Amino acid sequence: MSEGSKDQMSTIREKLLLAPNIYEMVIEAPRIAAKARPGQFIVVMADEWGERIPLTIADFDPRQGTLTVVLMVVGTSSLKLSRLEVGESLYALIGPLGHASEVEPVGTVVMVAGGVGTAPAYPIARAFHQSGSRVVTVQGARSKELLFWTDRLASVSDEHVVTTDDGSAGRKGLVTEPLVELLQRDHGTPIGRVYAIGPAVMMKFCAQATRSFGVKTIVSLNPIMIDGTGMCGGCRVEVDGQTRFTCVDGPEFDGHLVDWELLLSRQKIYHEQEACSLKQWTGEPEPAR
Amino acid sequence: MNEKSSTPRERPSKKSGRNPRVPMPEQRPEVRIANFDEVPLGYTPEQARAEAARCLQCKKPSCLEGCPVNVDIPGFIALIVEGKFAEAARKIKEDNCLPAICGRVCPQETQCEAACVLAKKGEPGAVGRLERFAADYEREQGLIELPEKVPPTGKKVAVVGSGPAGLTVAGELILRGHEVTIFEAFHKPGGVLMYGIPEFRLPKRIVEEEVDYLRRLGVKIEFNQAIGTSLTVDELLDEEGFDAVFIGVGAGLPYFMGVPGENLGGVYSASEYLTRSNLMKAFDFPQYDTPIVRGRTVCVIGGGNVAMDSARTARRLGAEKVYIVYRRSRAELPARVEEVHHAEEEGIVFKLLCAPIEYLGDPRGMVRQIRCQAMELGEPDASGRRRPVPKPGAEFTLDTGLVIVAIGSGANPLLTRQTKQLELNRRGYIAADETGRTSRRGVWAGGDIVTGSATVILAMGAGKAAARNIHQYLCEKDGTVR
Ligand SMILES: Cc1cc2nc3c(=O)[nH]c(=O)nc-3n(C[C@H](O)[C@H](O)[C@H](O)COP(=O)(O)OP(=O)(O)OC[C@H]3O[C@@H](n4cnc5c(N)ncnc54)[C@H](O)[C@@H]3O)c2cc1C
Ligand SMILES: Cc1cc2nc3c(=O)[nH]c(=O)nc-3n(C[C@H](O)[C@H](O)[C@H](O)COP(=O)(O)OP(=O)(O)OC[C@H]3O[C@@H](n4cnc5c(N)ncnc54)[C@H](O)[C@@H]3O)c2cc1C
Ligand code: SF4
Ligand code: SF4
Ligand code: FES
Repeated sequence: MSEGSKDQMSTIREKLLLAPNIYEMVIEAPRIAAKARPGQFIVVMADEWGERIPLTIADFDPRQGTLTVVLMVVGTSSLKLSRLEVGESLYALIGPLGHASEVEPVGTVVMVAGGVGTAPAYPIARAFHQSGSRVVTVQGARSKELLFWTDRLASVSDEHVVTTDDGSAGRKGLVTEPLVELLQRDHGTPIGRVYAIGPAVMMKFCAQATRSFGVKTIVSLNPIMIDGTGMCGGCRVEVDGQTRFTCVDGPEFDGHLVDWELLLSRQKIYHEQEACSLKQWTGEPEPAR
Repeated sequence: MNEKSSTPRERPSKKSGRNPRVPMPEQRPEVRIANFDEVPLGYTPEQARAEAARCLQCKKPSCLEGCPVNVDIPGFIALIVEGKFAEAARKIKEDNCLPAICGRVCPQETQCEAACVLAKKGEPGAVGRLERFAADYEREQGLIELPEKVPPTGKKVAVVGSGPAGLTVAGELILRGHEVTIFEAFHKPGGVLMYGIPEFRLPKRIVEEEVDYLRRLGVKIEFNQAIGTSLTVDELLDEEGFDAVFIGVGAGLPYFMGVPGENLGGVYSASEYLTRSNLMKAFDFPQYDTPIVRGRTVCVIGGGNVAMDSARTARRLGAEKVYIVYRRSRAELPARVEEVHHAEEEGIVFKLLCAPIEYLGDPRGMVRQIRCQAMELGEPDASGRRRPVPKPGAEFTLDTGLVIVAIGSGANPLLTRQTKQLELNRRGYIAADETGRTSRRGVWAGGDIVTGSATVILAMGAGKAAARNIHQYLCEKDGTVR
């Protein structure tokens, strides 16, 4: 436990394995739950030795005072978090950070959610749905077993399309294929906005696909962060030729203006060190402290 | 004495005269570049008494005017002469609640020591070193005493930010009987003291212990609370029942230069580099999980204290060559002389009169070279320093594996843009008068968020002035005069 604040225990209330290496966690955080809006994120530390990593707020319940996050285990920090059990507390939890999604009636909104991107897409889709927009979701995963929250996403969508890379569920192929077809089709109301949330590569290709249609395409960027409050500049990205700090200026930006190569290369800065760090948590015994 | 230490020695000084200061033992450069332990080792009681004996106990002590918080300098030095070390520490604490920190990081050579009469004929009294000695002695010997509690006033004050400004306000107001809660965005207290100033200049244990003292006095700290996000200043006043709010959030927005290639991997702001190393303890990776880029050759852009701290940190993280790239000449280096000296002892090379114009990367997007423009000094600018101007056609490149941009920082808008009726100045800092009062009733501000990047002791001075004014406000509020 962090040298704690009484109000914010950050205790894990529920933990669920959604798919291999993907966990849903419900965390007690009353102040944040009261303020959270779709599109915002938190920064957490699993323990005193941990790294500060960002996670999107996938759901929030002001009455229960809880937040829901969906976590994919990819390295040390996510592994450590996934090993925390119900009743245990995070060492640190700060939020809600970043700007909320700009939700307004836009006719039809197409929401593309790839991989764990499903989790952050859900509250945004719900908000658009409630705003009276027509919501069409495209949910993609590598294979059937990695799909989660399909019901939830469907429940806030007027139309819901599933794709898998291997064809084990829904349509075989990448999310960009149905995306392009949807853009070509008549929806009664024009498509006012496309949202793409998922791995950087997926967001990049979605933005490329929508460009020639001239539809405003919002992406939620995921660079490496530390503080999440605009203090370090580690999360900088280039949008429309300008340097922006994702944590305070974003995380949502116009996908047509993002320098994707820069984002992709900045995500890999610590590749070797991350591999070295992970090795000591898997296979080898935990380091003596 | 520690085997790592050198024999006491001092930089040769033309002014040392017949009555030189007692030298400070230090870790030898070749030893200290391989560790993060503190460089100056501190006086022994004998050394402290000998140094204290140099003080003339002036009737009108000029040193006092040089100190922004008016520490009773002759008073505490007299107690050291008598061997009453803990009493000396308590004397300092009447005016300065963080003596172990100020004794280490105050720029004494431009403050208290600059004003000392001894400086006229030779070397000034070593006020900072003595302050450090007394505070260390009291703490290490377990002699810290809590002052007597005054009856609670029932008033609640929220302090935003736990840097030196916020800690001072908290310390002053808790002693006057108010209930104080600090809200801090990070998971550790201290602000720049914790994430900026490196371990080898200010051990983090000391910061934590000084904060602990405040907690023992009753100050509450809520970590991981970025005011402006989960809670706003308006809510602190209107909903959470605070009678006054002090904002001491520092100047934590790193500046970049906007030259091409600045977003390559391995180009850090000094804040990111130092935060990774100090706060997140990346120097101890993979024991700690936060990684950091370690270059064999490192270029630090800028010539201030932050640049020196970054360069010396890079050296300790294994860099063989570290360059300070600064666009003016040595005479204009804004860093403290002591820091420049320490950096040079540690083998840091000064590339003066040059400025980066482009960063070049490898195919993986990691920085590999800096293209620099050589400069020369032209006419003086508004600051009175000669303005550097590019020398036509004089360009060169430096190979590098890591770049740290240390050209300053500005006001972070996270809190201010969420606070109603809070007037800012042109540069985004909070407008406040000399007592810290802002345009908003019940809200005070001080430290770097008002002045822009300054010093620890000025932030504390601002905190002290604000605390006095807040106290007055709280007493007037319900007519009780204390
Ligand atoms: C705004 C935002 C929202 C995010 N939301 C979610 C989410 O809801 N669920 C989820 O599973 N993941 C989310 N991520 C990604 C998540 O933060 C990273 O997967 C996590 O930090 C990886 O850390 P690790 O130590 O487990 O892996 P590592 O082995 O350290 O890293 C794997 C990759 O993750 C990225 N990464 C590493 N460290 C950081 C860091 N400090 N900050 C950001 N990225 C980092 C890098 O690209 C790295 O190559 C989000 C990222 C951002 C920026
Ligand atoms: C690397 C470095 C070296 C330095 N060396 C020296 C030196 O040797 N001597 C010297 O005198 N000065 C030095 N300085 C300058 C000195 O540290 C600062 O002037 C001083 O710390 C300012 O104090 P402050 O209380 O105003 O703010 P800070 O120390 O910046 O503290 C502000 C605190 O507020 C927190 N905060 C920010 N936003 C929020 C929010 N919205 N909600 C809650 N909390 C928030 C921050 O996390 C931080 O903890 C140095 C500065 C740096 C960066
Ligand atoms: S607080 Fe700083 S300026 Fe004041 S006496 Fe101590 S060292 Fe000198
Ligand atoms: S001015 Fe110098 S000699 Fe005089 S009291 Fe101050 S420290 Fe001592
Ligand atoms: S994470 Fe540090 S500025 Fe964005």
